[in-house]
Amino acid sequence: MIELFKQPNLDWMGKAKYFYALSGILLLAGWTSIFFGRGIRYGIDFSGGTNVDVRFAQPPNIDKLRSGLAAQGLGNSEIQSIRDIASSNSNEVLIFVEGKGQDELALESSRAKVLGALSATYGVATSDKPDFNSATTASLAAILTEKDPLFLSVNAGDRYRQLARRLLDYRDKNANGILTSFDELTKVEGVTPAVLGAIKSSFSLGPFAIRNVEIVGPKVGAELRKQAIFVTLYALGGMLVYIAFRFEWVYGAAAVLAVFHDVLITLGFFSLLHFEISLTVIAALLTLVGYSMNDTIVIFDRIRENNRLLRKGTFADVVNKSINQTLSRTILTSGLTFLTVLVLFLMGGQVLRAFSFALVVGIVVGTYSSFGIAAPLVVAWNRWRGRGVAARTGPAAGNKNRGSESVAGRLAPAGRR
Amino acid sequence: MNPNLKWKALFILAVILFCLYFLFGYPTFPTSLAQVKENFSKQIKLGLDLQGGTHLILQVQVQEAVAQETDTTVDRITTALRNKNVHYDEVRRADDTHILVRNIDPSQYSVLSDIVGTQYSNVWDMAPAAGETNSYTLTLRPGAIAAIQEQTVTQSLETIAQRINALGLTEPTIQLHGRKDNEILVQLPGVGDPAEAIRVIQAGGQLELRLVEDPATYPSVAAYMAQHTVLPAGTELLPGRSENRTSSGASDTGEVWYVVSRAPIVTGRDLRSAVETRNTTNPGTWQVNFTLSPEAARRFGPFTQQNIGRNMAIVLDHKVNSAPVINGRIDDSGMIEGNFSQESAHELALVLRAGALPASIKYLEERTVGPSLGADSIRHGVQASVLSLIVVMLFMLVYYRLSGGNAVLALILNLVILLAVLALFGAVLTLPGIAGVILTIGMGVDSNVLVFERVREEIRNGKSAPAAVDAGFDKAFLTIIDTHVTTVVSAFFLFLFGTGPIRGFAITLTIGLIANVFTAIYVSKAIFHYHLTKMDRQAELSI
Repeated sequence: MIELFKQPNLDWMGKAKYFYALSGILLLAGWTSIFFGRGIRYGIDFSGGTNVDVRFAQPPNIDKLRSGLAAQGLGNSEIQSIRDIASSNSNEVLIFVEGKGQDELALESSRAKVLGALSATYGVATSDKPDFNSATTASLAAILTEKDPLFLSVNAGDRYRQLARRLLDYRDKNANGILTSFDELTKVEGVTPAVLGAIKSSFSLGPFAIRNVEIVGPKVGAELRKQAIFVTLYALGGMLVYIAFRFEWVYGAAAVLAVFHDVLITLGFFSLLHFEISLTVIAALLTLVGYSMNDTIVIFDRIRENNRLLRKGTFADVVNKSINQTLSRTILTSGLTFLTVLVLFLMGGQVLRAFSFALVVGIVVGTYSSFGIAAPLVVAWNRWRGRGVAARTGPAAGNKNRGSESVAGRLAPAGRR
Repeated sequence: MNPNLKWKALFILAVILFCLYFLFGYPTFPTSLAQVKENFSKQIKLGLDLQGGTHLILQVQVQEAVAQETDTTVDRITTALRNKNVHYDEVRRADDTHILVRNIDPSQYSVLSDIVGTQYSNVWDMAPAAGETNSYTLTLRPGAIAAIQEQTVTQSLETIAQRINALGLTEPTIQLHGRKDNEILVQLPGVGDPAEAIRVIQAGGQLELRLVEDPATYPSVAAYMAQHTVLPAGTELLPGRSENRTSSGASDTGEVWYVVSRAPIVTGRDLRSAVETRNTTNPGTWQVNFTLSPEAARRFGPFTQQNIGRNMAIVLDHKVNSAPVINGRIDDSGMIEGNFSQESAHELALVLRAGALPASIKYLEERTVGPSLGADSIRHGVQASVLSLIVVMLFMLVYYRLSGGNAVLALILNLVILLAVLALFGAVLTLPGIAGVILTIGMGVDSNVLVFERVREEIRNGKSAPAAVDAGFDKAFLTIIDTHVTTVVSAFFLFLFGTGPIRGFAITLTIGLIANVFTAIYVSKAIFHYHLTKMDRQAELSI
C-alpha cells in the first residue's frame, strides 16, 4: 500500500499564530490592492458596457484599430489582445466600451459603432461580394442551391444545406472561425472543385470575424452585482445554520468565517493579478465556497468523533490529532482537485481563464483555511470561554464533555461502532 | 451471493441501464455509432455560451402604454363634453396616470360625473382638484394600471414571438424574465444573424394612414409656429424625410414636418397582408405592398374618393414615410416606398404582418456568442476535463490499487447519472454548469478518499478485511452526509435567489451530489461486498 504519511504527528495548533499572520498578510496585500491599487476589475456583467471579441486573419495593428475606433467617437474604449497559451497567436482582440453614464440606447449604438470602425479600418473595400467569414448556413445554402455546382436534381436544397453546414462547421471549428484561404475548404467532405469555384465566385474573405458581442445595460450590471453578493451571503448563512445544528454554533461560525476569508483572499488575488470578475467567476467563487466548506467539515467531523474517544489531553491536542488523521485525505483530495483545475487553467482557453484561476487560488486557500483558520478559531474560542468559566478541568476538558454529550446524543442512531 | 446483495446489484444495474439508455438510446434506438452520438447531442442541450447564439433581455416600456391610455381618455372625455355643450377651460393629462378637468361650469358638473360614472367607474376615480375651484382630478386606479401593464407585456411577448418565428430560426426561447414583470428573455440559439433579429424585435411596426391637412411642408416645428402660431384643431406635426430623392436615393437628406390629422384613417390592425416586392419605378430598390382587410377597405374607398388631389401620409412609427397624392379611389391596397434593400423591405413587411408593439422596447442586455467561440469553449473545456479525469483516475488506480478501480467506476457512474438526470429535466449545460460538474467530481473523489482512508486505518488497527470495510464505510458515512448536505443547502439558496447562470450551477451541483452519495456509498459498498464474498477471508484487501 502506498502511503503519503505514515503517522503524522504535527502540532498544528501551536503554529496557529503563523497561520493568522499568513492570512493577515494575504488579506492585507489583496485588499490594499483593491482599495489603493488597481482595484477589482469588474467584467461587463457587473460594470455594464459593450464588449466585442474579434478575431483577425492577420495579427492586427492595435494603433490603427485604436484610431479607427476614435474616428467613431470611441476613443476611450479599451483594446486588449488575447493571447492563447495553447496556440500562441494574438490574432484576437477584445474591444471594451465602458457603459458608465450611458443609457441603454447609447450602448446599443456602440455595437454598431465598433462594427463600423472595424469595417472602416479593415473592411473589404474593393469587393461587393458577401463575406464568407460572416455567412450563415441559410445564406450559404441559398447561394449554393442557386449556383448548383453539383447539378443535383433530387433534394438539392437539403443536400446543399448539409454541405453548407459542413463548410461552416469547418470554418468555426477547424479554422477558428476565420478562414484565410478558400482552398482550405477542399478538406471538407463533399467539396469538389466546382463547389469551390462557386464559393470563390460568390464570396469574399473578410479579414476579421466577430466571435462574441456582449452588451449589458448599466442597470442590469448593478443588479447582478447586488444579486451576486446577496446570494453568496444567503448561501453562507444557510451553511452556518446547518453546521450549527449538526455541531455547535461556534463550529458553524468558524467554518463560515474561514470560507469568507477564502473568498476575500481570492478576490484580493483577482485584484493583484488584474483578472476580470464575471458571472462565471462568481460561479467559481461559489464552487470554492462549497469546496472549502467540505474540507472544513471533514476535519470538524473528526474532531467531533475524537472528542468522544480521547479522554486524555487538551482540546488543542484533539484538534491536532484530528488534522493529522485526516491529513493524507486532505492532501490527496486537494491535490487531485487542484490538478483538475490546473489543467483547466492551462488548457481551458480564454473563456475559462478567469474562472479556473479562481478555482486554482480557491482550492489552495480553501484547503489551508480548514486547518489554518477554521480549526484554530474553534480552539481559540474554547480557550477564551474556558478562561471565562475558570473551570477546574480546564477549558478543553469542559468542552469535551459538553461537546461529546450533545453530539453523541444526536449521533447515536447513526450507528457508530 | 447473498440475496440482499443480489437485489442491490439488480437495482444498480437497472439505474445504469436506464441512464445509458436515456443518454444514448433515446429517442431512436441506435444502430450505428453516429446515431449514438446524435442521440447524445439531442439529449444534452448546450447553453448559448457553449453552443453559440444570442441572448437578449428586453424591457417593455409599460409606462408608455399607461400614458397612452390616459391620452385616449382625455380625447374621449373632451369629445363627450363638447357633444353635450359643457363649458370648461381645459381637459389635460397632468401626468401618466392623472387627468385634470379645469374650471367646469358648476351647473353642468353632473354631466361630467355621469360620463365618468357610467363609462370609466372601474378605471378612473374622480375627486375635486386641490387648490382649484370647479376643477377635478381623475386618477387611474392601481388595479387598472396593473391590468394595462400586464396586457402590454403579454401583447408584446406575443408580437415578438410572432416576429421571431417569422424569421424561421431554430428553437427560439421567448419568455417573461426575472421577478419584475416587464422583462422578456429572448434566446436564439445557433448560427444566424443576431443583428437582424434585434432590428426586427425592436421595430415599432406601427403603421397609420393619415390625411395631410396642409399641402405645405416645414423645415422645423419652429418654422411652422413662426407662420401660423397655432395648429388647427385635430392636427399635429410629424417629422418625415423630404421627397426629393435622386435615382440613387442618396440625397434624401433634410427633415421636413407635415401637418397631419390626429386621427388615422387606417392603422396596422386593418392590414390583411404585407409583402416586399421590387420597386418598378426605381430599379434596384424594394418596396412593401400591403392590402387592407375588407372592413377597412369599405372605409378607405369612400375616403380616398372624397379626397382626390390631396396628400395622404403613410406614417410609420410616428414618422412620415411618404406623403403621396391621392390620384383616385383606392380600395384595399397601398405601398410603402423608400430606400429599401430587399432585406430591409422583408423585415418591414414581416413586422407589419406581426402587428405593432403596444409599447417600445429597450435592450437591457445582449450577449452573442459566435459559433467559433462556443466551439472553442467546448473543445477546451472537454479536453481539459477529460485529461484531468484521466489523471485523477490513474492516480486512484495506482494509489488504491483494486479499490481504486472501484472509485473510478463510481466516478464514471456519477457522471453518467448526472448527465442523464440533466437530460431528464431538460436542463441545459452551461459554463457555470461545468463548474458544478467540477465540484461534483471533486467531491466524488473526496468521498472515495474518505472511505478508503478510513478502511486503511481500520486495517492498520488490526481489523479483518470485511470488518474494516464495514467500519470504514460507517464512519465515513456521516462525514460524507454532512459535507453533501451543507453544499446542497447552499445550492438551495443559490437556486432560490439566483438567476440564470447561478441557477444552472446550483441545479447541476445538487444533482451531482445526490448521484455522488449513491455511487460513492451505495454502489461502491456493494462492489466491496461482492469482492469480499469472492475472496479468501484471510487475504489482504487490495487498497
